[in-house]
Amino acid sequence: MSGAAVSETDIVFNGVSRFYGEVLGINKVSLTIPPGITSLVGPNGSGKTTLMNLMAGLIRPTQGEIRVLGIPPDHPERLCRILGYCTQFDAFPKGLTGYQFLYSFLRLHGMSDAECESRTLVALRLVGLADAAKRPVAAYSKGMRQRIKLAQATVHDPKVMVLDEPLNGLDPMARAEAIALFQQWGAEGRHVIVSSHILHEVDRISDQVILLSHGYVVAEGQIQGVRNEVKEQPMQIHVRCDRPRVLAARLLQQDNVVEAKLNPDGQGLLLRTRDADSFYLLLNHAILEAGLKVESVAPADDDVNSVYQYLIGGEGGTL
Amino acid sequence: MNAMWMRQLGGVLRLELKKTAFSRRGWWIYMLAAAPVVLMLAHWLTEAKIHSARHSIGEDSVIFAGAFLFFFLRGSIFFGCMGIFSNLFRGEMLGKTLHYYLLAPMRRELLVAGKYAAGLAVALVLFVGSTVASFLLIGRHFGPAWSDYLWHGPGAGQLGAYTLAAALACIGYGAVFLLCGLLFRNPLIPAAAVWVWEGLNPFLPALLKKISVIFYLKSLLPVEVPAPPPFSVMVIETDPTPAWLAVPGLLAVAAILLVYAAISARQTEIGYGE
Repeated sequence: MSGAAVSETDIVFNGVSRFYGEVLGINKVSLTIPPGITSLVGPNGSGKTTLMNLMAGLIRPTQGEIRVLGIPPDHPERLCRILGYCTQFDAFPKGLTGYQFLYSFLRLHGMSDAECESRTLVALRLVGLADAAKRPVAAYSKGMRQRIKLAQATVHDPKVMVLDEPLNGLDPMARAEAIALFQQWGAEGRHVIVSSHILHEVDRISDQVILLSHGYVVAEGQIQGVRNEVKEQPMQIHVRCDRPRVLAARLLQQDNVVEAKLNPDGQGLLLRTRDADSFYLLLNHAILEAGLKVESVAPADDDVNSVYQYLIGGEGGTL
Repeated sequence: MNAMWMRQLGGVLRLELKKTAFSRRGWWIYMLAAAPVVLMLAHWLTEAKIHSARHSIGEDSVIFAGAFLFFFLRGSIFFGCMGIFSNLFRGEMLGKTLHYYLLAPMRRELLVAGKYAAGLAVALVLFVGSTVASFLLIGRHFGPAWSDYLWHGPGAGQLGAYTLAAALACIGYGAVFLLCGLLFRNPLIPAAAVWVWEGLNPFLPALLKKISVIFYLKSLLPVEVPAPPPFSVMVIETDPTPAWLAVPGLLAVAAILLVYAAISARQTEIGYGE
């Protein structure tokens, strides 16, 4: 990469833009994605798939440079050994069974018959399709097709897994299994790049998030860090205690507490503050002085859903 | 070529053959290959039934040469190769499956080579097979005289020349249409342009004639086909290219097109229109 040392451990975007004719895909994106689970979040057309396609070398940037663990994406013979991509396209080569689908594309890696066979069988078992291995993929249900795509993207044991809406069409059990698998891969130090519309699942699994809107990266990093950067939206903190009215009266004397809302059950408060650090100090003093019994103190809006609402807007829950 | 490349090439070839050989989508290509055989079969049966030698073997060989030039080369093989080779990449794009290939850790040049080899294998089986079967059938009604013509006369040499021309047509048109499928969203438009160009070949000046596949193939045909009036007055006669030049010339044209296709494949992006 020009001028800078090339990272062999990260995925790096340096001033990357991609246009489809007149239409903007992504614009001037500079990112560094470390190992672990990274979620791409944004509404339809925000540039998530463009970012993933660029990473996998399926499209080329109009401007800028990309390196995936030091490898430029226009060298598929090197890149695709370390990268697996589960795309959003629900399409498969005609006439192949699940086994043939995995086996045939593994052959393109140049592996021996025996290795292709053993890897195919392991991958089929991993995604729970061993019994359906000899059935044509065309006869699979949507969930099974999603699982065979996941198996195909990961059967060669890549270091970088790019997964576009990987939980689509999976039943709750399969979703839980898939998430556990992503977490295992993330814990092993692999890069797992996931795009998902389901924010509470993103929240559960992500080590870091990249928020995209209209082709721009709106925020990136660990979700708490991103939330702290959103200064214009007061932080929400939930406190459960025995005398919430007393606590509210004490806290509202301070400038940085802008709102206190009593819980319907009368056993807690939802507080909004512009300065979380000062607030926690103040809270400690107030609790000690009033002799309150505190059950819990927890941030109420440092999840992906809230950050998404603040930065991008939308319905929440699912995009 | 190293062992890894060979395995990858073999992988593409196997996968393509598994997907495409005898697929239902290719029914019209099989019909194109079968049509000349059916035509010659009908000719044989008709001639055998009426028990009259209305044509001599010599006349039938001219009929076959005409059918081969106008029906096989410009019809069956041309459109058959268009169907087979332009779909190698364009079909994957339309089926939204090209990314599986592009995400394989192999050089794009090998992908082009593997797909071309698979297409060529299918085209050769269909159209060389069809040519041989048709030739053997056209004079079948002459009985022992036809066998004698085949094995002791010029028949075997003619069959060899037609087989070579059919194979070279598959090689040449295959390269043309593979490139069209890579470069154009709708390969029918360039295919139509190539078809018109090939059809105009007899009327073109000598220099332009040489920029075509049909010119070299025509030079290889063992029996000359006279142009019928009124076209005969418009034909510009040129000396045929000798076989020693026509064969490597056509192979060289195909090789150049394939090299260009391989270079283009390195720049190929997925664009499924979503």
